[in-house]
Amino acid sequence: MKKIILFVIASLLLIGCNAKEEKQDIKDKPITDLSIYNLPEKWTNQDGKDIELKELRGKVLVMVMIYTSCKAACPRLVADMRNIEAKIPEEYKDKVQLVLVSIDPTVDTPKRLKDFSIENKMTGNQWVFLRSNEENTREFAAVLAVNYKKISPIDFSHSNIISVFNAEGELTFQQEGLGVSYDKTVSKIKEEAAKIE
Amino acid sequence: MEAQFIKRFHYCLILLSWVSICFSQVPEDMVTIGAGSYVPLYGTSDKKPVYIKSFLLDVYPVTNQEYLEFLKKNPNYRKSKIKRLFANTTYLSEWSGDLSFGQLNATAPVTNVSWFTAKEYCECQGKRLATLDEWEYVAMADEKRKDARSREEFNKYILSWYEKNKTYNNSVGKTFKNYWGVYDMHGLVWEWTFDFNSIFLSGESRKDKDTDKDLFCGSGSVNATDLMNYAAFMRYAFRASIKANYTTKNLGFRCAKDIAN
Repeated sequence: MKKIILFVIASLLLIGCNAKEEKQDIKDKPITDLSIYNLPEKWTNQDGKDIELKELRGKVLVMVMIYTSCKAACPRLVADMRNIEAKIPEEYKDKVQLVLVSIDPTVDTPKRLKDFSIENKMTGNQWVFLRSNEENTREFAAVLAVNYKKISPIDFSHSNIISVFNAEGELTFQQEGLGVSYDKTVSKIKEEAAKIE
Repeated sequence: MEAQFIKRFHYCLILLSWVSICFSQVPEDMVTIGAGSYVPLYGTSDKKPVYIKSFLLDVYPVTNQEYLEFLKKNPNYRKSKIKRLFANTTYLSEWSGDLSFGQLNATAPVTNVSWFTAKEYCECQGKRLATLDEWEYVAMADEKRKDARSREEFNKYILSWYEKNKTYNNSVGKTFKNYWGVYDMHGLVWEWTFDFNSIFLSGESRKDKDTDKDLFCGSGSVNATDLMNYAAFMRYAFRASIKANYTTKNLGFRCAKDIAN
């Protein structure tokens, strides 16, 4: 009996692992090798809605990782994101999605993200705020080459990187540091948005 | 009266030992790492100790043979199938095929694996990668002490290994067994940790200080707590230099597991 139970558990585990592997993309075109849409994890946005990254496919993504209680670099990063957004020409606006991902999922609830978006005047459809659990966040940071660590109950140290992804979800440009010129970032966004029909 | 008491006492003992067998089952080839605190080289503000909860850790790094078994069940992680997002072009570069590790030693640690593939391997075993703080906590033990970091011979041993080449094709379990019963924390391969991407090196270590302040929010508060520990510095510097899809010849991994309540 014990053996049977163990066998059942073992086969369930196998199915669990294999199911994840064999999952096929529902969209017509296969996801490319370097696409972030290979990541299956679920996220929650500022409206409390669950989304998969894949749902953002087809748009240029401008991404940054922040936490809302940050007092040092994040306000500048957020300002950078707003400035970048302001420089996107009208014709490309609906082809670009600006995404702010929280590295502090415990504090940054959907409500908190919503409040933050209102305070920072980032309420249009072009703005998406995402949070997940600690593990998914760590994995996502690994993809973005963003380093972060909780250094006290309310503070994190983290890299200041803004990343641009093309419509396929491939990383095409990264701006690193604070107070750097974002001209290159904007021109990369325009270049990638122009490729979208 | 006394006899009855002794009898009862015996029953209690039997019951207790039965309970402890049932509830303290440690999976094969894992050992329990006891809880404790220590001050890591990097990553805490004001030299505050970090607290490590008790957890389970693999006695040995994952071997080529074990990784092969994983690949048999997970075709998408084979050399020819893996997506570049998850592992770069040197993934399993010394393997002769999707399901053959070629000239490599079956009981040597699997290397040329990325963070993503190591993490998936552990998850498929119902385990996880150890956190950086957990890994360093276990790595500071020598044969007899939980914390041998201040011992000169211990540091010399580690540093002399860093100068050696090609230990990656040695079998696991040939270096010393540490205080916790874990082998190969030093002397075989370097290992992935779950939050390897949490490290910030500031000051003279990589870039000049002013640049670093702009690159890292809050970097001013993360500083070396023990610059004497050069051996640990080497590991932190290495981790800070790699990305999650990188693979190298001298970098393997082992898995950890939470202790169920």
